[in-house]
Amino acid sequence: MAVQALDAARVPIDWQRLALPAVLVVVAYGLIPAYASSYLVEAILLPFLALSLAAVGLNLLTGYCGQLSLGSSAFMAVGAFAAYNFNLRVDGLPLAATMILAGISAAGIGVVFGLPSLRLRGFYLAVSTLAAQFFVQWALTKFGWFSNYNPSGVISAPHLIVAGFPLDGATGRYLLSVTTVIVLTALVWRLVNSATGRNFIAVRDNETAARVIGVPVLRTKLLAFAISSFIIGVAGVLWAFTYLRTVEPAGFNLDRSFQILFIIIIGGLASMRGAFLGAAFIVVFPLVLSRLGAFLFGGLFDSGVLDMSQRIVLGALIIIFLIAEPSGLSALFDRLKRRIGSRSS
Amino acid sequence: MTFFSHLKKVAIATAFVLGATAVHADEQYFPLQSYRVGPYAAGGTGFFGGFIDYLNLINIRDGGVNGVKLTWSEGETQYEVEKGVEVYERLKSNPGIAAWNPLSVGIAYAMIDRITDDKVPLITINHGRTDTTDGRVFPYVFPLLLNPYSETSGIVNYIASKEGSLDKLKGKKIVVLYHGSPYGKETIPIYELLAQKYGFELSQIEVPHPGNEQQAQWLTIRRERPDYVVLRGWGVMNPVALKTAQKTGFPADHIVGNVWSNSEEDVIPAGDAAKGYTAITTQASGEQYSVVQEIVKTIYGAGKGNLEDKGRIGSVYHNLGIVNGILNVEAVRIAQAKFGNRTLTGDEVRWGFEHLKLDPARVAALGAKDLFHSINVSWDNHEGDGYVTFQQWDGKKWNVVSDWIAPDWKLLRPIIEKSSEAYAKEKGIKIRTAEDAEAVVSN
Repeated sequence: MAVQALDAARVPIDWQRLALPAVLVVVAYGLIPAYASSYLVEAILLPFLALSLAAVGLNLLTGYCGQLSLGSSAFMAVGAFAAYNFNLRVDGLPLAATMILAGISAAGIGVVFGLPSLRLRGFYLAVSTLAAQFFVQWALTKFGWFSNYNPSGVISAPHLIVAGFPLDGATGRYLLSVTTVIVLTALVWRLVNSATGRNFIAVRDNETAARVIGVPVLRTKLLAFAISSFIIGVAGVLWAFTYLRTVEPAGFNLDRSFQILFIIIIGGLASMRGAFLGAAFIVVFPLVLSRLGAFLFGGLFDSGVLDMSQRIVLGALIIIFLIAEPSGLSALFDRLKRRIGSRSS
Repeated sequence: MTFFSHLKKVAIATAFVLGATAVHADEQYFPLQSYRVGPYAAGGTGFFGGFIDYLNLINIRDGGVNGVKLTWSEGETQYEVEKGVEVYERLKSNPGIAAWNPLSVGIAYAMIDRITDDKVPLITINHGRTDTTDGRVFPYVFPLLLNPYSETSGIVNYIASKEGSLDKLKGKKIVVLYHGSPYGKETIPIYELLAQKYGFELSQIEVPHPGNEQQAQWLTIRRERPDYVVLRGWGVMNPVALKTAQKTGFPADHIVGNVWSNSEEDVIPAGDAAKGYTAITTQASGEQYSVVQEIVKTIYGAGKGNLEDKGRIGSVYHNLGIVNGILNVEAVRIAQAKFGNRTLTGDEVRWGFEHLKLDPARVAALGAKDLFHSINVSWDNHEGDGYVTFQQWDGKKWNVVSDWIAPDWKLLRPIIEKSSEAYAKEKGIKIRTAEDAEAVVSN
C-alpha cells in the first residue's frame, strides 16, 4: 500500500486522479452546506469528521509507524481542554491559534507517554499507553482549574469566530470542521510520502533493519507520537467545539480509544482513505441500523430491545467483514475499483 | 358559469376539506431520550416508564389536555452524550414539541445551547446544573423541584431536625462520601459553606468510580467516628457502601442518602445491611397515592402499562417519572389557559413552566397528595422551591419518616447567581428581565 503511494507520488500530474478530489471539494463546500439537513450535519457529518481526523492521527502512529496506542481519547481530551483554557485565559486569541496550541499541548503529552515506546513494543506498549488514558482523565477531574472550577467539571464550548465571521450555526461548524480535516489530512499525506514517512514505515517493518540503515529510530518514534497526538488533539477540539459543544472528562474514556482503534482496523491500516471509510462505517452504520430497526420493528419492541439487537447485528457484521477482508475497507474499495476497471476496459 | 368552472370549484372545495382533515388534530409531542439498556437502565426504565404511564393516563382518562392529545416517541441513549445528541437531532424536527426530559446531566449540558436556539424547554428534574435555577440567564432550562445545592441544604436541615435544632449541629461531625465524578463533586463547596455556618466538623471522602471497593474509605470513617455519614452515591456504589458500613460496624440509621442513592435498586442488593438507612426524596414511594392507583387501574388494568415488572409500580424512580409527568402536563395546561387549547410552541410551554405554581391543594386535586409537596416556579426561579422528605428502608419498603422540609433557598440563591452571572459573562449572554420573560414566540 505504502509502496504504491510512493510510486504515485513520482508519476507526473494525472488529471484523472484529480477528478475525485475535485468532486469531493464540490460536495464538501458546495452541495453539503447548501442542501444538507441539520440532522445530517449535526448527528452524522460532525462526529464523522472529528473521528476521521482522530483516526488519521492514530493511523500515522499505529498504521505507518507500527506503535500500538490505546491513549487516543486521552489525547483528544488534552486537546479539548487545552483549547478551552487557551480560549478562556488568553484574550483575543484567534481560533486557529487556539487549535494549534491545543494540538501542541496534546503533542507534548503524547511525547511523554510515547517515551515507553523506546523500550516496549506491541501489546506492552498498548498497555503502557493505557496509563495516558487513566492519568489524563484523573487529572482533568482532580484539578478544577482545567474546567475553570465549574462545580460539575463539565466545560461548554465558546463562540466560534474566524476572521470576524461567527461559525456557531450548524453550517459554520461544519465548514470549520471540514476545512481543518482537509488541511491536516493533506499535511499528513505529504508527510507519509516524505523521507520521514519512509522512516516511519521502516521502523514499523523492522526496527533493527531500520537502525542498521541509519534511521534514527528513537527520534522517529517520538516524532510519530508527537505528530499523531497533535492531530488527535485537534480532533478532540473538533469533537468538543463543533460536535458536542460541551465536554466532560468522562466523555473521553477508554471506549472512545477503542472506537478509534477499530476505525483504523476496519478501515485499513496505513491508509489515508481507510481512516475515513472506517469512521464512516463506525458512525453511520449503527445509525442506519437503528433507523431501519425502528422503522421495521418500532411498534413491536421497545427501544432497549432494538438497541441490543443492533449491537448483535453490528458485531456479527464486523466479524464477517474482517474474515472476508482482513486488510480493511480500503482494500475492499481497491478491489472493487479494479474489478470495475477491468470490466470497462 | 360553465359546468367546468363549477366542477373546478367543487374540486377545490373537496381538496380543501380533505386537506383540512389530513392535518392532525391538535397534539403536543414529548421527545424522550430514554435509556433502557446499559449501566443505568434501572433508573431509565423506571423514570420513563412512570412518565409514559402518566401521559397515557391523561390521554385515556381525560382525552388529552383540554382535548389536545399527548404524543411521544423514544430514542435510546444508554446515558451516553453522543447518543443523546443524535436522538435530539433526530426527534427535534417533529412538530409540537412541548419539552425535553433527558434525565442525564451530560446530555442536558450538551443540549443547553441547542434548546436555547430552538426555544424549547429542557427539564432536568432533581438534577442538572445548579446555576440553571437562575432563569435570568437560562431561560429554557428547568432543574425542577430540587437542584444539588438545595438537596445538600435539605440533608443538613434534616440532620439538624434529628438533633433537635440547627444550633445543635455545632461540634457534630459529618462525613460526606461522594462519587468520584463531576456529579459527585458538585456539592463539595456547599457542604463546606454549611459546615462553616453551622459549626459542624466536616470531612469529605471520595470513592473512585464505580465504587465497588470501599474498605479504605470506611476504615477512615471508623477512625473519625462521625455522627452522620452522607452518602452521595450512584449505581453500584450505594449497596457496596451500605454493606461495607455494616462490616465496619457503622450503624445504617446514621447514614443519610442523597437523591441518587434513594431507590429500591440501591438498597435491595445490600440486603439486611440497608435496614434503617434513610434517604432524601422529593417524591414519596409507594402505590397508595390516588394518581398511582389510577395508573394501576386505568393503564395497567388495560394492559398498557410501560413497566415490564409490575412489582416496580410505585418505586422511587417510577414515582419520579409520574411526578415529572404531572409537572410537564400542568405546564402545558397553564400555558393553554393563556394561549388557547391548541398545540403550543416550545416558547409558549416555556411560559407555562415559568408560571407552574401548584400549591398543596392543587397537588391534592391532581391525586398526588403526599406524593410530592408543591412547586412554585417563576421566570427567575426555575427550580420552584421544591420540598423534600426523608424515607427509611425497613428491609421491604420505604417509609416516610419526616415532614416536608424546606431547603434554605435564601442562603443558596446568591451562590447560584454568582455562578450563573459568571456563565453569562463567559458566554456573552444578556441577563433577562421580567418583561423579556413575558415576550413569547408563537407561530
